[in-house]
Amino acid sequence: MKYVNEYRDGALARDIAAAIAAEVRPDRTYAFMEFCGGHTHAISRYGVEDLLPANLRMIHGPGCPVCVLPVGRIDDAILLARRPGVTLCTYADLMRVPASKSASLLKAKADGADIRMIYSPLDAVRIAEAEPDRQVVFFAIGFETTTPPTAVALKTAEAKGLTNFSVFCNHVLTPVAMRAILDTPPAQGEPPIAIEGFVGPAHVSTIIGMEPYREFAENDRKPVVIAGFEPLDVMQAILMLVRQVNEQRSEVENQYIRAVTQAGNATAQAICEEYFEIRENFEWRGLGVLAASALKLRDKYARFDAEQRFAVTTVHADDNPACECGSILRGQKKPAECKLFGTVCTPETPMGSCMVSSEGACAAHWAYGRFREHQARSATSLLPVS
Amino acid sequence: MCLAIPALVTQLLPDKMARISLDGVMKTISVMLVENVAPGDYVIVHVGHALAKIDQVEAAHTLALLAEAAALGEAAVAERRA
Repeated sequence: MKYVNEYRDGALARDIAAAIAAEVRPDRTYAFMEFCGGHTHAISRYGVEDLLPANLRMIHGPGCPVCVLPVGRIDDAILLARRPGVTLCTYADLMRVPASKSASLLKAKADGADIRMIYSPLDAVRIAEAEPDRQVVFFAIGFETTTPPTAVALKTAEAKGLTNFSVFCNHVLTPVAMRAILDTPPAQGEPPIAIEGFVGPAHVSTIIGMEPYREFAENDRKPVVIAGFEPLDVMQAILMLVRQVNEQRSEVENQYIRAVTQAGNATAQAICEEYFEIRENFEWRGLGVLAASALKLRDKYARFDAEQRFAVTTVHADDNPACECGSILRGQKKPAECKLFGTVCTPETPMGSCMVSSEGACAAHWAYGRFREHQARSATSLLPVS
Repeated sequence: MCLAIPALVTQLLPDKMARISLDGVMKTISVMLVENVAPGDYVIVHVGHALAKIDQVEAAHTLALLAEAAALGEAAVAERRA
C-alpha cells in the first residue's frame, strides 16, 4: 500500500537503529514517552524496542481513548442502551470494556439492548434517518482526531432535520493529558517518571497542528517530535529526540510532514468550534478528574446532547482494584508488572481497558511484546555490539 | 482509535462524499473536513472521513531524510567494524 509499505522497510529500520545507537551518549540514559496508543502499537508490533540501545527507554502514554474512558461513562452508555426505544451506536472497541458489576456493552447487547457497532458516525445518522421511531444515540469517544467526524455527523443530522439523533459526548483533549503527565506527582509508592521528551501524536496533530505543543518545549524544556504511526516514522522521531537532547534543544519538530502542518486542519477546527465547547471537568482513568480536558455540546445544540435529553448523571465507579491500568496509563508501570496480566486478564476476558483496545499497552504487550521478552533471554541483539 | 490509513481518491460524489480505493478495495467516505480534494489525491482516512491530504513532496522528502539517517547508521557500523 502506497505511503505505508515504504515506511515499514526492515533493512532501513536496522540502519536507522544503528544511527540512533551511534548518536546516543553512552554515559547517560534517555527516556521518551510515546503519547499515542498508535505509536505503542507500532513499537510493539514491529519490535522497535529491540532495535533501540539499552540506555534508551520508551514509556507508554495515555493516548488511547478507550483506555482512558472511566468506568462511570461506560455504565452511563449501558443505562442509555437499556432504555426502551433507544438504539446506541458505538465503535467496536468499546463493546468489551469492563463496566461496573462485570457488565459490558457486549453483555447488554446479549441481554437484548439495541446496540449497534458502526464504522463512521455518519452510519449512526443513517440509522436515525431510516428508523424514525428509534432514539439513536451515538457514543462518541476519542481525541481531536475523532472529534471532527462527530461534528460532521451533527451537522448532517441538523441539515436533515433529525429529531431522533443525539450524541453522548466523551471527546477528550491531548495537550491537557500531556500537561497532567508532566505535572501530576506520582501516586504513593510509585517512582517519579523522568520523561525527557515526547513522540507527539500523528493524527491528532493533522487536526490541531504544532502550536499546542509549544508550551511543553518552551516552558517545560521537553522536546516534542510529532511522528507518523509507521515504524520508520517512530524511529526517525526517536533519532530527532536524541539529537535535541544531545544538543540541549527543546523544540516542537515535525517528522510527519507528509500530513501535519504548523496550523493543522482549519476546516476541521472550525466545525468542532461550532458544535463543541470545553467541559469544566472530566474524569480520566489513571489521571483522575482534569479541568478543561474534554468537550461537550454547545448549549445551542442541546437538542442533540444525549446527556441532556436523557438526564444522564454520571456516577464515579472504581476500577477493579487489582487492575494496574491507571499506573500503566501514567507510564509508571509496565503491563507485565500487573499481577492480572496474562492470567486473569487477556484480550478474551479483559479485566481492564488497556487489554481491550488494540492500542492499549497491555493488548500490545500481549500480542507482541511478551514473545520478544522470552526470546531476548536467549537470543543476541540484532544490533552490532559496540 | 486514532489509527487512520492513506487512501487514493478515485471519484468525487455529491454532498462532499468521495469514492476511495484502498489497494483496490473501494469505499465511500466523507471529504467534508478537507478542502479541495480531487481524484488522484491521497487522503488520510479515519472513521469514514478524510482528515488530511498527503503531501506527496513532503512524503518524498521524508523518505530522503530516512535514507540519509540510514546512511549515517551504515557508516557507523562500518567504522566500528574497521
